[in-house]
Amino acid sequence: MEVSKGNETTVERKSDRELVVTRTVNAPARIVFEAWTKAELFRRWWVPKSFGLNLVSCEMDVRVGGQYRLAFLHDGSTMEFFGTYLEVIPNSRLVWTNEEDGGQTVTTVTFDEIDGKTLLVVHDLYPSKEAVEFGSTAALPESLAQLDELLASLGSSSETN
Amino acid sequence: MVQYSQGHFDASFGALSDATRRGVLEQLWRADASITALAERFHMTLTGMKKHVGILERAGLVTTEKIGRVRTCKLGARGLQEEVAWMEMYRQLWAARFDELDMVVEELKRKENVNGSK
Repeated sequence: MEVSKGNETTVERKSDRELVVTRTVNAPARIVFEAWTKAELFRRWWVPKSFGLNLVSCEMDVRVGGQYRLAFLHDGSTMEFFGTYLEVIPNSRLVWTNEEDGGQTVTTVTFDEIDGKTLLVVHDLYPSKEAVEFGSTAALPESLAQLDELLASLGSSSETN
Repeated sequence: MVQYSQGHFDASFGALSDATRRGVLEQLWRADASITALAERFHMTLTGMKKHVGILERAGLVTTEKIGRVRTCKLGARGLQEEVAWMEMYRQLWAARFDELDMVVEELKRKENVNGSK
């Protein structure tokens, strides 16, 4: 049997304000886009099972000006992530704000279909130093909270690879 | 692939277990800052911030230097390694996420094929 190599996930810090994640998915853009924009599909993959985080609700109103809200339960406390969709171009581009941190981080996802596969580029733009003299740590709570969970899961699963 | 040891994380886990301290590290990844500026940014007293910075300093994540009356904090050598490790963990998070996305996408493809072949 032929073992196909998994698609690689890359992360790059483009600048001190930008983090870019890329990954190819073996499906046309319209299918990948669907998985990003239908709440019942999105909630199945956004929080990896290895996380031990419980996604208790996921509401997504995917249109320009529409809101999303994700609520997690972990160790008895609830974490919420929410924001507004700024751009919605079907099968091509999604832009949203992360308002739990004051709306200062903007996430842009592009869907580029090449030969029936889709190159996903997830670009996080954190607030500029100039723009946020005050309270600019904002950008990280989400990813750091996630890091926390990952640290915990890495620590508890002695060896996964 | 970035190499790092589990022990390294265990050692700094305590220092990183607090949201404010993680925020301070993130701040220092961007730019050095005085304790006063950090205290203001995190809406806490100077004493409270000194305590957090002290913990980070003992963990080797942050170094401080007093010039005149201002104590400036910067990322320590450990902190810089931490950034590399953080990036790797961030990558792992996304890799795990995308693996699950693959499963959802495969299911959608199968459904489409079934419907398409009717």
